[in-house]
Formats: sequence, C-alpha cells, structure tokens
Amino acid sequence: MSFRSSLRSSLSSIFNPLRVENDTDEELRAHVENRADDLERSGLTRAEAERRARIEFGAHEKFREECREANGAHFLHALSQDFRFGLRMLRKSPGFTAVALLTIAIGIGANSAVFSVVNSVLLKPLHYPKPEDLVALHQVAPGAAGLADFENGLLLSPSMYFTYAEQNRTFESLGVWTTDISNVTGLAEPEQVRAVVVSDGVLQSLSVAPQLGRWLMATDQTPRGPQRVMLSYGYWQRRFGGDRGVVGRNIMVDSQSAEVVGVMPKGFRFVDTDFDLVEALQFDRTKLILAGFGFHGIARLKAGTTIAQANADVARMVPIWMNSWSNGPGTDPHVYEKWRITPMLRPLKQEVTGNMSEVLWVVMGTIGLVMLIACANVTNLLLVRVEARQQELAVRTALGAGWRRIVSGLLVESLMLGVMGGVLGVAVAHNGVRFLVAAGPANLPRLSEISVDGRTLGFTLLLSVVSSLLFGLIPALKYARPRTSLVLGSVGRTISTSRERHRARNVLVVAQVAMALVLLVSAGLMIRTFQALRTVDPGFADARHLQLMRIGIPDSLIHETQRVMRIQNDILDKLEAVPGVKSAAFGSEMPMEGFDSEWDTVFVEGKAYQKGEIPPLHFYKHMSPGFLATAGTRIISGRDFTWDDVYGLRPVVMVSENLAREGWGTPENAIGKRLKEDLGLPWREVIGVVQDVPERALQEKPPAIIYWPPMVENLFGGGPAQPTRVATFVVRSERAGTEGLLREMRQAVWSVNASLPLAAVRTMQEVYDKSMARTSFTLVMLGIAGAMALLLGLIGIYGVISYTVSQRQREIGIRLAVGAQREDVLQMVLSQGTKMALVGVAIGIGVALALARLMTGLLFGVTAHDPVTFAAVAALLVSVALLACYIPARRATRVDPMVALRYE
Amino acid sequence: MPSQAQILPGMLDLLILKAVSLGPLHGYGVLLRIEQISQGALLIEQGALYPALFRLVRQGLLKASWGTSDNNRRAKFYELTSAGRKRLREEADGWNRLAAAIASALNTRAEEV
Repeated sequence: MSFRSSLRSSLSSIFNPLRVENDTDEELRAHVENRADDLERSGLTRAEAERRARIEFGAHEKFREECREANGAHFLHALSQDFRFGLRMLRKSPGFTAVALLTIAIGIGANSAVFSVVNSVLLKPLHYPKPEDLVALHQVAPGAAGLADFENGLLLSPSMYFTYAEQNRTFESLGVWTTDISNVTGLAEPEQVRAVVVSDGVLQSLSVAPQLGRWLMATDQTPRGPQRVMLSYGYWQRRFGGDRGVVGRNIMVDSQSAEVVGVMPKGFRFVDTDFDLVEALQFDRTKLILAGFGFHGIARLKAGTTIAQANADVARMVPIWMNSWSNGPGTDPHVYEKWRITPMLRPLKQEVTGNMSEVLWVVMGTIGLVMLIACANVTNLLLVRVEARQQELAVRTALGAGWRRIVSGLLVESLMLGVMGGVLGVAVAHNGVRFLVAAGPANLPRLSEISVDGRTLGFTLLLSVVSSLLFGLIPALKYARPRTSLVLGSVGRTISTSRERHRARNVLVVAQVAMALVLLVSAGLMIRTFQALRTVDPGFADARHLQLMRIGIPDSLIHETQRVMRIQNDILDKLEAVPGVKSAAFGSEMPMEGFDSEWDTVFVEGKAYQKGEIPPLHFYKHMSPGFLATAGTRIISGRDFTWDDVYGLRPVVMVSENLAREGWGTPENAIGKRLKEDLGLPWREVIGVVQDVPERALQEKPPAIIYWPPMVENLFGGGPAQPTRVATFVVRSERAGTEGLLREMRQAVWSVNASLPLAAVRTMQEVYDKSMARTSFTLVMLGIAGAMALLLGLIGIYGVISYTVSQRQREIGIRLAVGAQREDVLQMVLSQGTKMALVGVAIGIGVALALARLMTGLLFGVTAHDPVTFAAVAALLVSVALLACYIPARRATRVDPMVALRYE
Repeated sequence: MPSQAQILPGMLDLLILKAVSLGPLHGYGVLLRIEQISQGALLIEQGALYPALFRLVRQGLLKASWGTSDNNRRAKFYELTSAGRKRLREEADGWNRLAAAIASALNTRAEEV
C-alpha cells in the first residue's frame, strides 16, 4: 500500500476534518438521490422514491461513523466531539461540576505544594558543580558516650584533618570547617557577623569560583600568619556597596586586621549555612593533639570513586592517625580504639536535608492519601451521574455508538475535570507553597530555593491526568456496556437497586474510611507527641519573659582574664539596673540554643580507674551565679555559686541530678563529694545538684551535665582561666521581646564597652518554639491532611447513603406500608452506613499499624501503636459516619408510603 | 430475480476492486455494477459500501476524484491505482484457486476416493 497516499489522506483529514466530513455527507446524499432517481424511473412518485431510498440506505449515522473511522479522521473528530459534549454536560450540572472541581483542585493543589517543597529540598541537586561527588565526612564512635551525638556523629579533630588530607587515596580534595561569630569593627556600628572558618580543601571541594579575587587556601592557614577573609555576596553588597575595589582592602575582624582576598558569588551557600565572612583556620601543627573533635569534614570524591571505597579509605587512615599524634606525654593514643571510630560518609545533600527528609516524605505520603480520598469522592460523584445518564448512554448505544466511543466520551469528561482541577490546583499550590514556607520550620533546609518550577508543573499535570484516569475509569468501564433492554425497558421507573450496582460505591466508601483512619491516626500520634513534649520539663520557666543575647569578648580586644570577668560582671550590673529587669545572669548557653557544646572526661573520687582508661565524657557548662535562678532552673540540693566562689577561684562545681544519682546514689549524697577532669588535676567539690535539663532537644534524654563557674583556676599555668568569652546573657523581665527593652539593654552593654557587638538577640520562647518547629510543622501538616480526609470521608458517606435512600424510596415506602416502624427504617439506614464505616475502620487499623512504624522517628513519648490514639480515632470516625448517615436516615423515615408508591 | 446470497467478509473489497477495474465509477455506480456483473445474485448493504470505499482509498488501492455523473449530479468517482490493480490480480488468483479447490472437493464422488 502506498504510504504517501495514506499519509496524505490522514493529513488532510487531520488538518481539514470538516472538509472531509462535508465530502462524505455529500457523497452519501448523492448516493441516496441516485437511488431515488432509479426508483422514480420504476414508477414511484418522487417523494415515495426518496423515502424508500433512505430506508434502503439504512442507519445513516452509523455509516457516517464507520466512514469516519475508515477515513482516519475518526480519532480527532471523536475527541473534539467528546470534548464539546463533555463541556456541555459539565455546564449542565454546575453543582456537580463545582463540587468535583473544588475537590480535585484542593487535592491537586495540596499535593503540588508539598511536592514543590519535596522537590526543592530533597530532589533537586545542590548548587555546586558535580554535587554527586561531594560528601560529608560523617563518622560514628559508639564507644565515645556522649561526645558523638546522633545528628553530627563524631566530628573531626584538626589532627584528623591533617592525616586524612595527606594520606587519603580516594579524595580529590578534603577539608574541615566550622561556624563562628566574628566581630567586625571600624566600618559602621560594631557588628557581629556570621563566619564560616575553613581549612584548605573546603572551597576547592565545593568548587564554586569566586565572583572576585581568589579562594582561601593553604597559604592562608599559616599559624600567626596574615589574616585573610572572603566576603559573601550579600555582605559585600550590604557593607561595601558592591565595590570591586574591596579586594586587597583590610577590615578589622575580631580586632585584628584582615585582608579581603575575594568575594563569593550571589546565591552561594555554605552547605546549608548563610554566612557573611569566610575565615581561614590556622592550625599550629606542632601543638596539635589527637583530641579536639569539633570540625565538620567535607570532601570531593575522585571521579568514579564510591562512598564505600572512600569509607574503607578513611577506616584505613584511623589507625595511622592514632599512631601519628598523641594527647601529650604519658597518654596512650590507642584509647581511641575503644571508641570504635567508624567512617560513615554521607552524600552532602543528605547532610543538608538532615532530619527534614523524613518529615517531608511523611507529609508527602499523607497528602497523597488525601488525593486518593478525593479521587474516591469524585469517582462516587461520577458513578451517581453515570447512573443517572444510563438511559442516555443506552440510547446512544442503540443508535450505533460503539462501546469504545462511550468509554472515551466518559474518560474525556473526567480528563477535562482533572485538567481543569489541575489548573485551579496550580493556583492553590502557589498559595500553598507560600503557606508552607511561612509555616515550615525556619531551619527547613534550602528554604530559599523553594518555588513552583517546571518540574512541579509537570508533576501537577501528571497528577491531573493520573487522577482523572483513576476516578474516570471505574464509572466508564462499569457503564460502558449498559444492558440496553434493561435500561430502555425501565425508562421512568426506579427499579429497586441490586446489591451489585452499589458494590463499587460501597467499596469506595470503605476505602475512604480506611485511608482517613490512617491519616487521622498519624495526626493523632503527632498530637500525642506534641502533648508529651509539652509536659517535658524544659529546665527553664516562663520562657516568654526571658530575653537572651550573645556577647563575645575576643582575646584580641581584651586579653586579660580578670578584666573579661569584670566586664561581664559590669554588664550584669548595668542590665539589672534597666527598668523592669528582675534579674540578669550569663552562661555558656541556654538549653536548645544549639551552639557547639563542650565535653570532657570526669573522674569521680573513690572510683578505681585502670591505667589509660578514659572515663565517660560529660557535657560541660559554665555559668555565672544566679544563672539558674534567672532561667528558672531548680536546684535540687546544695547551693548555687557565689561571686566569692568565682573571684576566689574556689574549686567548686555543680552537677545534674542524673549525674549525682549515677555517681553517689542520691542528690543529697553528692554534696561535698569530689571529681576532676583529669588524673593529674586537683579535685573539685560538688556544692549543688541541678535538675535534669534536656539541653539539646526536648525529645532527647537530658545529658549528665557538670556546671562550672565562669572563671576557674588555670590548671596548666598560673592565674585564672576564662573559659567563657562568648556567653549568652539572660535577662528576666516582663518587658522581654519589646523594642524598648532591647534598646536599653544595648545601651547598658555599650556603656561598659562600646566595641561589644550583640548577637542572637531573642526570647527564650523563640528558642523553644524553634526546637519544637519540626514537630509543630509535622503536626500542622498532618492535622490539615487529617481534617481534609475526615471532611471528604464525611461527604463520601453522606453522598452514598443519601443516594441509596433516594433510590430505595419505593422499597422503604412498601416497608412502611406493610407495617414497618419508622425506627426500623432509621435503624436500617444507619446500620448500612455503620457497617461500611466499621469495615473501613477495621481495614484502616490494619494498614495504620503497618504504616505508623514509618513515623517512629517523629514520635516522642508515644509508641507508633498507641492504643489510645487508635481507639480515639476509630471512635471519631464511626461517630462521624453515624452523623453522616443520620440526615439521610431521617429523610428515609419521612417517606410517605402513598407518595412513594404513587410515583411508580 | 435469482435468490440473493450474502457475501463473505472480505469479499466486498474484492468485488469493489473488480467493479472499478472495468472503468471509473461513483459509489452508487459501484453498487449497480456489482449487481450487474453478479447477475443480481449478490446482496450488498448500501451503506456498508462507503466505509469499504474509504478504506480502500486509505490503503491506496483506489483513488477518488470529483466529477459529474450521467444525470448531471456532482459525484465522486473511484478508479483503480496500480497498487489496486496488483491487489485485484492477487486476490482474484487467490479466490479462483480457493473456489476451484472447494468446487473440486465438493464434486468428488465416492468411487473417486
């Protein structure tokens, strides 16, 4: 067969379907007329001849359809016809269309919004060249109790950095970094800026070329060498007005002159940290010891290297590291063997997204379930509609429409609903994303990158089409081949409906209830988690009235320890003089502030230690007298520090309750006992026991803490040591958070020393909320999903029951006529709904039991199989189902038997 | 009129090709020509003719052009393409072989076995 002619005819029918159509019509007409001519010639009248010719020709419409099919114009023609027809049908029932569209739009919108967040945060690659080769040098140390926490693992020490950087075989580049707050002076007001401090290898790994100048590198990390810094694009614009001459200029950073050597480009973020300055780490190799695990490692793998190979490489280097360095004379470097240091490198992206990925996937999953429930509702609506159109479909079939035509017609209608819903959904998603970004935790990673992009729009389109098929196929397939005789025969009669006809709808309702249960259970578990967190004693009281600010006094500004102590003391005095301030104090940090914490070993007097044994590490905190009282932390036993303890350099400490119980049985017993950090050092007396405080997060077990005075005797040389140059100042005042108080506090600080910048100014409530952010975000999202599921389920049950009641009017009428009581009817309808709800609940509980385990990581103080939650949700769903049935059930009891029967 | 026989599926195409091979025809003409050459023995549903015609055009076996019929009506005339001519030959051969085989089979008498 000739391909070209076939192509030509297809093309002509595609581009000019109307002409083809007219041609066909004309040809068929000509045929009928020719036939009529012949018949007329045989003696019939013209009119009779034409009538006969038409009858002989047969079902004109059917042949036209077949001709179209033979012509190839069929598909497009049918589509456009279905489209117009569908549009007409949708316009004809605006109520149905509005409800269906709204359901779909909200469902798709919510899904697209969450997807755009998932896409931006989890799916999109990081903004670095070849991001797949970037890894975080994560390592775990199960034997180092306390020091290696779950989130960060065991950070790297400077000596580790040198060993890894010099001995590795699998990395193209490798470096360590940490964050810091630096004081920049001499520009305008003294300012605290966010700094990232990097070793050589870090910027090389990230591989983002500077906008101006050059990277910091090996030559910049000479100990006591010249200070050099890089600027972020934002800081360059803000402080230097984008002046290109900034490279080569000197600025005062922490009271030292530092040369600006480069500017990073716009949009460059450091892993997930916003920063103003990049500074260089200047480790003195000759003074390095094994310890000092405080730096994040980052590396770029050599091309083609797998993470497993890199892990093996690092594992090989750990013993080398132990043999190359020491913690000082007389110490055994192999004590770290007990820590079982194991590399567990992670893709950098995983490091960035951190623990939000679990939350986001759970939210995505729940919102997906909501979409399924929405689809079930729309399917139900469509089923009812198709049923009402049975007759129309039967007539069309009788007139010669093929079942494919009917199915495609119904599908086109669903597709139109789906796509229109999707378009509306984009608008919903656009607002939804804004809501998510606003409601999401402020520490949501990659927050600035979240947007509705092409991929999100593609997802929306796909979702629209898939859900259209989902809710369109069931009714289409179910009613595509109506039993013509049955339907045509029962015109105008509401036959008592068979079980079979309701099965699809009942199954849908059961599925809806089951899915709603799963969603409500997860929302319920989050509520219980939230409640449980609320009841955790955070170790401070009345957070709303605690004003915090960080003040750092760099060594370069004031060197002498005693003077630093005096300045901090003076600041406290000035702060306490501010009107409305009840008390003021400072400490290394408040709970959950998230600054790097200090850890050290603790030896307890009277306990035997083997030679070379390293006792467990404990969390260290420094605080001024009155810190506990100001924060509202309870002292269980003993007393607080006094200023005499501080200035007298008395060897005193306080310990947390769990540490006291572990060491000496009871808090009271601990008073007067002694401990020390290292064998060669003098003992320190425990003077007080402090309640347990969940320092890192409410979810975590409170660590054992040792509290130190803010100034202690320098154990390695004469004179006092000042461990807390950077401290959080805490002020208790009714005016906390007000602009007036902050202004007066700033003036109070600057009246002591005008070069002291303030940072992290916030109330304790903000810190608390931030630590709850992940949980509250999950709670809000699951709450919304659960509420939507409940509402949709309610509508679904109501719709099905009320439709059944309207279909069973005649039957109910007969029942009433033969003596059934209205209560019986009420009960009959209610039991139908309850049965569906109960089956749904039973299935839902099974599914929820299986799925809830997935969110174990988000829960606190409640198990994933919490019977209270399950029971409460099941009860809620069943009562909602009863409510949904009650209205149609009441209507059923009001059926007038006479009226119902007369209709027939 | 002799009793009419229903045509077998697939045969309509062959008959149309044969009819048109005798000279260009419009649709109604095809119908008449088939009646004529089969001596009125074959019954063709009038409407069924057109889907078959369009199918053959689409397959490139026929080509159609508008013209004027004997009684001065505008009509679409069909004629055979070379592909159509070839197909007609093949199908006719095939049919003749089949018919001969069936006829010979049906004419077989017991003593011939």
